[in-house]
Amino acid sequence: MDIAFEKVNYWYQAGTPFAVQALYDINLNIPAGAFTAVIGQTGSGKSTLIQHLNALLKPTEGQVIIGDRTITPETKNKHLKPLRKKVGLVFQFPENQLFEETVLKDIAFGPQNFGISEEEADKLARQTAKMVGLDESLLERSPFDLSGGQMRRAAIAGVLALEPDVLVLDEPTAGLDPRGRNDIMGLVRHLQAEKQLTIVLITHQMDDVANYADHVIVMAHGHMVRQGTPREVFSDVAWLNENQLELPTATAYANQLIQKGFTFDPLPLTADELADQLVPQLAKQGVADHG
Amino acid sequence: MDKFMFGRYIPGDSWVHRLDPRAKLILTFIYIGVVFFANSVWTYAVLVVLLLASIFATGISLRVFLRGLRPLLWLLMFTVVIQIFFGAGGHVYWQWGWLSVTHDGLINALLILMRFVLIIMVSTLLTFSTQPLAIADGIESLLSPLRKVHFPVATLALMLSLALRFVPTLMDEAEKIMNAQRARGVDFGTGGLKQQVKTIVPILIPLFVNAFNRAVDISTAMEARGYRDGENRTKFRELKWHRQDTLSLIIYVVFSVVVIGLRALQL
Repeated sequence: MDIAFEKVNYWYQAGTPFAVQALYDINLNIPAGAFTAVIGQTGSGKSTLIQHLNALLKPTEGQVIIGDRTITPETKNKHLKPLRKKVGLVFQFPENQLFEETVLKDIAFGPQNFGISEEEADKLARQTAKMVGLDESLLERSPFDLSGGQMRRAAIAGVLALEPDVLVLDEPTAGLDPRGRNDIMGLVRHLQAEKQLTIVLITHQMDDVANYADHVIVMAHGHMVRQGTPREVFSDVAWLNENQLELPTATAYANQLIQKGFTFDPLPLTADELADQLVPQLAKQGVADHG
Repeated sequence: MDKFMFGRYIPGDSWVHRLDPRAKLILTFIYIGVVFFANSVWTYAVLVVLLLASIFATGISLRVFLRGLRPLLWLLMFTVVIQIFFGAGGHVYWQWGWLSVTHDGLINALLILMRFVLIIMVSTLLTFSTQPLAIADGIESLLSPLRKVHFPVATLALMLSLALRFVPTLMDEAEKIMNAQRARGVDFGTGGLKQQVKTIVPILIPLFVNAFNRAVDISTAMEARGYRDGENRTKFRELKWHRQDTLSLIIYVVFSVVVIGLRALQL
């Protein structure tokens, strides 16, 4: 399911004295099946942008095309439900939405809202819990008894249980330890590769962008300032510094090496790429030093 | 929550914004008190003039004030309808069983509507032009004589400012939770009453859990910074009474005397 933004402007509290424009003339494409990363500083409009993906927010001007649905400012709030099943949205700190008596019931809550029978939803919930790595023994516990990382996974499972075509995640690894982060990113990667889900990920972890994303959207002050492959976006180091965006660790390291006389073409984005280019250069230098 | 104007602060630098919060609190209470004395076209006219003048002095357009009434429209209409049908006395215009529309009923409905609107507008005026924390400071200062009878004024004021401070936070959070549940297929505001009541649970439980967690965090943070209850603490923002405050007070008192005078003269 392709998603396209056409000339989208969005104002919060439009028509009141508090009106603030959050998005300016956004034109972009999110290709089906791809892993799209959205990066930008806090307050750059990332979260506002992704809430347009399942019509939680409707553009104040312009239109958003989601598969065969077109969302315009005039679109009525009714009949948006089928869309919400197709585009699953995991908010920042999704554990704040847990409310049921047991983890299982909470995961099954979403599917049941879409008219799936209790038994079916129960089955779906068990499958999804397994997918996100929640142990069977946790399913009958209260979600409030889980650890932070487990709560996060339960909440993500609650959205995954809708079996969406597109999964949108707003900083799913914020506040988790490195292991929890790896688990979540591994899960997201798995969903894209094995389940052919379209992934949209908001993140501040440039390494995740370099490692996983096919497509990057850069937001700044409500404008989309750049979109392209990670290689295109991360090649302009001066521009990134100017916009206070970090480089992936490998790229930053390569940049420091360049100042010591090493050369890289193209600029490496991941540790593997860095190693591939670095090893021959070091070998040559070793020969020069000893020869 | 986007359209929710009632009880919000609108930044500005008008005559009313600059008034001492104590003065504004007193003025509001005077006004509300006097509204209950009004009983005729003339008395209401005087009150409306005073209100419009005060609204003008805030520099905020009347439209914004009227928008603030909108969430309460149903309450207003409900009250008016009850008054019209169940008020009794005077000439009967229409009757059906025990329902009747009478002269006195209509007049009463109109008066009640006016009272409601005036009181809501004047309270809105206070909240539009005064920051919540300034209101809390004002209340603390006005209540300070009660210290003599060992009433915990400082604690009350702290509770009040904490509560006011977290109203917007909780509203934001409620909205976030609602959006998260919408994304999981909850339809707010559709279906029958039972259906709608059911949709409140997935909002309230997370909201309460988060609010309690936050309350614990805040008290820990306050203790970590050495807060102790019942100390005689000084204020960062000190309230100052200016000549404008006295002047405004005099204007309100004069208007009040006129209203009460008109009532006494039965005009």
